[in-house]
Amino acid sequence: MRWLAPGRLVFLGIAAVAIFAAPQVLPNFYLSLLAKYLCFAIVAVGIDLTWGYGGMLALGQGVFFGLGGYSVGLFLKLQEAGPHKVPDFMSWSGVDILPWFYEPLRFGWVALPAAILVPALLGALLGALVFRQKVRGAYFAILTQALAAAFVILLIGQQAFTGGTNGITNLHYALGFDLNSPDVQRGLYVVTVVCLLGTFLLARALVKSRYGRLLIAVRDAEDRVRFLGYNPVHVKVVAFSISAAMAGLAGALFIPVVGIISPAMMGIVPSFEMLAAVAVGGRGTLVGAVAGALVLNYARSTLSDIYPGSWTLLQGALFIVVVLIAPTGLVGLFAWLRRQATRIPRSPFGARPQEAF
Amino acid sequence: MEFRRPGVASFGLIAISIGMLAVIACGGSSTTTTSSGTIKVGLLHSLSGTMAISEVSVKDAELLAISEINAKGGVLGKQLVPVIEDGASDWPTFAEKAQKLISTDKVAVVFGGWTSASRKAMLPVFERNKALLYYPVQYEGLESSPYIYYTGATTNQQIIPALDYLKSQGKMKIYLLGSDYVFPRTANKEIKAYAAANGMTILGERYTPLGSTEYGTIVNKLKAAAPDFVFNTLNGDSNVAFFKQLKAAGLTDKTMPTMSVSIAEDEVRGVGVDNLVGHLVAWNYYQTTDNAQNTAFVKAYKAKYGATRVTDDPIEAAYVQVYLWAAEAAKANSVDPEKVKAAAGGIIFNAPEGLVTVNGDNHHVSKTARIGIIGSDGLIKEIWNSGKPIEPDPYLKSYAWAKGLS
Amino acid sequence: MEIWVSQLFTGISLASILLLVALGLTFTFGQMNVVNMAHGEFIMAGAYTAFVVQGVLGAQLLSISIPVALVLAFVVAGAIGLLMERTILRRLYSRPLDTLVVTWGVSLILQQLARMIFGAQNVEVKAPSWLSGGLALHGVTFPYSRLFILAVVVVAIAAIWFLMNRVPYGRQMRAVVQHRQLAATSGIRTHSVDATTFFVGSGLAGMAGVALTLLGPIGPTLGTNYLVDAFLVVVVGGLGQLPGAVIAALALGLLNATLEFNTNASLARVLVFVAIVAFLQFRPQGLIALRTRALR
Repeated sequence: MRWLAPGRLVFLGIAAVAIFAAPQVLPNFYLSLLAKYLCFAIVAVGIDLTWGYGGMLALGQGVFFGLGGYSVGLFLKLQEAGPHKVPDFMSWSGVDILPWFYEPLRFGWVALPAAILVPALLGALLGALVFRQKVRGAYFAILTQALAAAFVILLIGQQAFTGGTNGITNLHYALGFDLNSPDVQRGLYVVTVVCLLGTFLLARALVKSRYGRLLIAVRDAEDRVRFLGYNPVHVKVVAFSISAAMAGLAGALFIPVVGIISPAMMGIVPSFEMLAAVAVGGRGTLVGAVAGALVLNYARSTLSDIYPGSWTLLQGALFIVVVLIAPTGLVGLFAWLRRQATRIPRSPFGARPQEAF
Repeated sequence: MEFRRPGVASFGLIAISIGMLAVIACGGSSTTTTSSGTIKVGLLHSLSGTMAISEVSVKDAELLAISEINAKGGVLGKQLVPVIEDGASDWPTFAEKAQKLISTDKVAVVFGGWTSASRKAMLPVFERNKALLYYPVQYEGLESSPYIYYTGATTNQQIIPALDYLKSQGKMKIYLLGSDYVFPRTANKEIKAYAAANGMTILGERYTPLGSTEYGTIVNKLKAAAPDFVFNTLNGDSNVAFFKQLKAAGLTDKTMPTMSVSIAEDEVRGVGVDNLVGHLVAWNYYQTTDNAQNTAFVKAYKAKYGATRVTDDPIEAAYVQVYLWAAEAAKANSVDPEKVKAAAGGIIFNAPEGLVTVNGDNHHVSKTARIGIIGSDGLIKEIWNSGKPIEPDPYLKSYAWAKGLS
Repeated sequence: MEIWVSQLFTGISLASILLLVALGLTFTFGQMNVVNMAHGEFIMAGAYTAFVVQGVLGAQLLSISIPVALVLAFVVAGAIGLLMERTILRRLYSRPLDTLVVTWGVSLILQQLARMIFGAQNVEVKAPSWLSGGLALHGVTFPYSRLFILAVVVVAIAAIWFLMNRVPYGRQMRAVVQHRQLAATSGIRTHSVDATTFFVGSGLAGMAGVALTLLGPIGPTLGTNYLVDAFLVVVVGGLGQLPGAVIAALALGLLNATLEFNTNASLARVLVFVAIVAFLQFRPQGLIALRTRALR
């Protein structure tokens, strides 16, 4: 009865708790907070796919996150403004006619898929350009960082079309639902949980499939994979593109949950923190990505309450300690502890106690 | 590294996380504000990150006001208890901490924010929860939320008077230089409209990315354009780099005079007094402002935080806004936001900057505009003021040339 | 006419600044494959050293404060880098990408320490009188501070070249870069060479910090302004290649200055990034690449 395997049962258990129990138990404020953390968990799953399994250090996921967020954000603002009108941040900048490239965003069936597809396409394009030239490892990381920096500057500069540093805020309605009502917030939380579960299952299916093996092979020995006849560029582009899509989905959920998207969430520092979540939780294990995102963001919230000025010291120390001592992250730490607990003690002569008989 | 089957322990991590949140939720304090003889007030500023440079002093000013009010008996006979949170220069964090202050700590009012982005992120939170925010920083106007009180200058109390001053001095050729974000862009739109209506010429309009430190090209352009005055809306680190490089290129306050709106006493030292001597700034308050309230305020601030600390406009506005709220609560005889709002209009306070009156319609305060010149001691001396306090007009409705801007 | 000359000088000055911040990185990133995200904080450490030196020397000795600070900053930043290398990085040489996360953690700690020791506000470093003002030639002013930075860069490059090519120890350093195992079997103590390389690289960053106090802000977030640009110079120049870094810095500096003059600063930065990605399409190994037998 494989479908009752312990892993699946636990998964279903957690899913049930998250979807049904948490909204009843947690007050609204914490539920929204948890939803925010879950958005970052979705990004983390994508990063784990590219980095943990694919070996591509992506330090610019904030860009894709932001693209998803801005797509949905603009759609929501356009809905609130009404047909033939412009959102408030545009009229404040003196733009009274909607630019033609924003018109499609008035429609939900364009904007919502765009939140996932546009980042995926951009990721595929960037990946194709960069991986083809065998730009790898640290080079690739630096490039993605520069992309994040450049994107932020671009968005801030186009204040009339993007809201500049303020970003997109002041949302009241989404698809007819009042974003300020607690019931809608709860509903959004459930949607976020479902999306996370779906993303997780998708990533798991990917890594367990033949493609997943190929991806891991590319991470560990790209040239050998090339000699074996595969094109590692295709493999990497697919992974990078999917992780970009996941980041876009997370951004799309983030804006109705938190109510704001701005270039400050797309830059080098937030992109790095998205990656650090995977590093802390344990890369190469999808659960580690989710756990790391939850733990890191939770630590951020509580530590900044307790030590308002100096919690960044603890954050920095955490990164150092985790990478040095627990390179496989918290998940690896747990696994190691479990192994220690169940380890059969060896006799000084090398034979195991049972073998002596 | 093969795909590791997630062990139970690994999933346990997630369960633990949710559990921890639940524990916090149940254990969170739920004391109401007006019980047990104290009133909780929230202070929400960036204490880490890039904005911490300016916001730490603002938080200190609010704490000073709270301690003074408590010494005089508190508000409605109850002592004020500050709850301090760190916005970490991150807008969603501001929104999150604001929500926490309102729903978990149940504060009566929040004093906070610095950048417009932080205020805009917090605005929906305060409107949704019908709680009050007092915002002490000069900003670009075009806003008047029913649940926010703006105690910093809006554009017609800072920028327009600065332009009036320049016009009165015959400086008609202006170059606009700013950091690339909302405040300078919006301000420059208004400046251009004013210039068009008043016969001034705008020789150029340039923006540099936030945090930019390279101004060689800008200095060259300024030299080539030779304006009468540079209207400077650069922010933070950019001001340091700009003025250092301006001076290095041999341009002084006589050959390239500037009027800045984001350099106050707190920033002068970081930029370097030698680089700023003789340049002008536009604010509503200086440490050197001459009246009895200010003498007492400066003395108290230095006594509490050190003789090397300085006071400036946002610091004073933060100090004043606590007193304004206290006065409104006293008049309303309650800290309930709706009652405080109803009582707010018309409240007058003798502030270190002069007389301020709360405008009940747009939730701003009247302020006197003052142009100052930076002296060689690092302090700013007033060289012109608007005479009497200017009524706030965040949408510039009373200016004919501003039609079509908002 | 004057403005073209001024702008050209601005471009060269910008190139010299880029090279200055990237010099240390060509060592640590290029020679040792360590992605040092704390490089910006070493620059910051150097800048704060200048601040402390000025405070100690006082107003009388202001004129020698900068040269003194240059030497001291080299030592201070180098020492911090050495400490980081010995305690943390030594365990991570087999995992270069992990050095990224670790050094980011170090950078957070260093930033917060700076905030706690010196305060969150920017601090003031005064330019001595012999560095104030500029050289006026035919209507163009060449600021002394920028000329000084140019001089520092030239001297630094000359010193590095001398070290790498005329000093036996430099040959050891080059050997370790080209083939670590072979160098070890030849009897070179690679760990000691690594430590020295990191010390030199960090020290150079510290010197950059002192030079930058003449032109920019000195605060806890100083490093973040220069980090990405420094890495880009190294990537475009080719890993570990000093001549490549020089050419890359010149190209990027002049390109940025030209674009900024004709468009605006924000667009210039975006276009420079696009240009870099395009350049890497044609030459992914950078301008001057080490010829190895690797497939790359």
